[in-house]
Amino acid sequence: MGAITLENVLKTFDDTTVIHGVDLTIDDGAFVVFVGPSGCGKSTLLRLVAGLEDVSGGTIRIDGEDATAVPPAKRGLAMVFQSYALYPHMSVYNNIGFPLKMAGLDRSAIRAKVEAAAATLNLTPYLSRRPGQLSGGQRQRVAIGRAIVREPKAFLFDEPLSNLDAALRGTMRLELSELHQKLATTMIYVTHDQVEAMTMADTIVVLNGGRIEQVGSPLELYRRPANLFVAGFIGSPKMNLVDGDAAQRFGAGTVGVRPEHLRLSNDSGDWQGTVGVAEHLGSDTFLHIEVDGIGKMTARAGGDFEAGHGDRIFLSPQSDQLHRFGADGLALQ
Amino acid sequence: MARALSPRRKMLFTAAGWTAALLLFFPILWTFLTSFKTEGEAIALPPSFFFFDWTLENYFEVQERSNYFHHAMNSVIIAFGSTFLGLLIAIPAAWSMAFSPGKGTRGLLMWMLSTKMLPPVGALIPIYLIFRDLGLLDTRTALVVVLMLMNLPIIVWMLYTYFREIPGDILEAARMDGASLRKEITYVLVPMAVPGISSTLLLNVILAWNEAFWTLNLTAVDAAPLSAFIASYSSPEGLFWAKLSAASTLAIAPILVLGWFSQKQLVRGLTFGAVK
Repeated sequence: MGAITLENVLKTFDDTTVIHGVDLTIDDGAFVVFVGPSGCGKSTLLRLVAGLEDVSGGTIRIDGEDATAVPPAKRGLAMVFQSYALYPHMSVYNNIGFPLKMAGLDRSAIRAKVEAAAATLNLTPYLSRRPGQLSGGQRQRVAIGRAIVREPKAFLFDEPLSNLDAALRGTMRLELSELHQKLATTMIYVTHDQVEAMTMADTIVVLNGGRIEQVGSPLELYRRPANLFVAGFIGSPKMNLVDGDAAQRFGAGTVGVRPEHLRLSNDSGDWQGTVGVAEHLGSDTFLHIEVDGIGKMTARAGGDFEAGHGDRIFLSPQSDQLHRFGADGLALQ
Repeated sequence: MARALSPRRKMLFTAAGWTAALLLFFPILWTFLTSFKTEGEAIALPPSFFFFDWTLENYFEVQERSNYFHHAMNSVIIAFGSTFLGLLIAIPAAWSMAFSPGKGTRGLLMWMLSTKMLPPVGALIPIYLIFRDLGLLDTRTALVVVLMLMNLPIIVWMLYTYFREIPGDILEAARMDGASLRKEITYVLVPMAVPGISSTLLLNVILAWNEAFWTLNLTAVDAAPLSAFIASYSSPEGLFWAKLSAASTLAIAPILVLGWFSQKQLVRGLTFGAVK
């Protein structure tokens, strides 16, 4: 139970509109990621769902019931904050047990649930510690533990991994995905990191300037971006976007080619350029090429591809993998 | 980066620190010494510092003439009563100003503070008349209420400053965890703000303890606290420095002891948030 529907949701702060009439349906049990650049409104949208901000217009439904005016405590949602927001004066046990205490459960029921959650999250040895005595990853687990004990209708995550180092982020990403498979509860996850979005989501919602640019599965967004913004935002390294004469040849205002869809050759090709920087990652080589008459492009080649600074090289886009956009920035079919 | 001080400069600063401390402490020390002198020695010129006949006579006389414990109890009730009542009102007020500010919050805070700029004597006559008509003159209730009102702006301001140091995320987390506003304040905000709340409490107890304007004007005997007890030695039969000093020493002793034991908390509270 955790279907969430937003109908024409609007949010203004003083005279500034930060969310422009968003419509969105989140199915029960889905893992939905809100992704977008800083200031796109993704965190605000999450806070509106949580009830921590009041909507300026529109309706929020949880399991079909109008929750627009329901206070956060009564929405049955759990939230994990970027800062973890643990209660510094309480032990790990009391942090995890706090929502249960608020719900009026008796001591033995609280103990059973807290111990079960702690076992799931490998926190059992730390139950008597304070948050200040834990590492970043352990604090994050406590925050998750506090969210799962109350068996909410949906989990809301506000950039929960951005304070962790890269290695731990990778581990926690996996753990969260496993947790989602185990609990099968709706999760809404906010991030600016498109790798997190691509790896974890069933559905990605790309936001920009308080509007939804596109909703779809990670591969849908990758393969069929609806507009230039999504094309440029999803994928790493970024899609090469070419306009002007080179694009008009393909009957488009702008064409987009992903770095892995550029064929490289020493002898012949559609475009020619000079290699600026070659990044050898072992498995892949990223070439940053100054293409004559077009500008900078990034190409992805195999790990054994030999090229260095100043080499002249030919590039050809794979025609079946070309993304064409009109002058209005929308994808052409 | 640590700033290294040359030994000479260090000595100079230490001397300056001691001079300031001694200047501040001297009146208290002098009062204390005078309380052990006879009335004659108390006004002798040149005054003797340590070499006089030490006597406890003044203390016996003071206790004989007036009931110290009656006044001390009044002081405790009035100082703690007004502070607790003030905290009860100020904690929710400071919560709303710190975590749910509106357009008028800044102005409201300034306006509250501006009431401290009015000389209390300006409000004396109306308050005196109101309390007379309510039959509250010379009652501890009246003093608890008046001193609470006088110190409320300071309490709200101090708490507001401390609360603003508390990350709003944590209170929002409590809200998401199902806490009502009352539980959010009692289980999360107050325990986290303990250093700030206790230094507010201490400072206001001290202010209320030493308050003399309202206590002198609104009490006579029944509700008179220690400040009135001291004052009773200063006028009618001329000045009796030694007895006045003994009364003063008795009056400030409890608060001095309290301040001494809680100075760590007090300093921590006053600098709370200055350094993370």
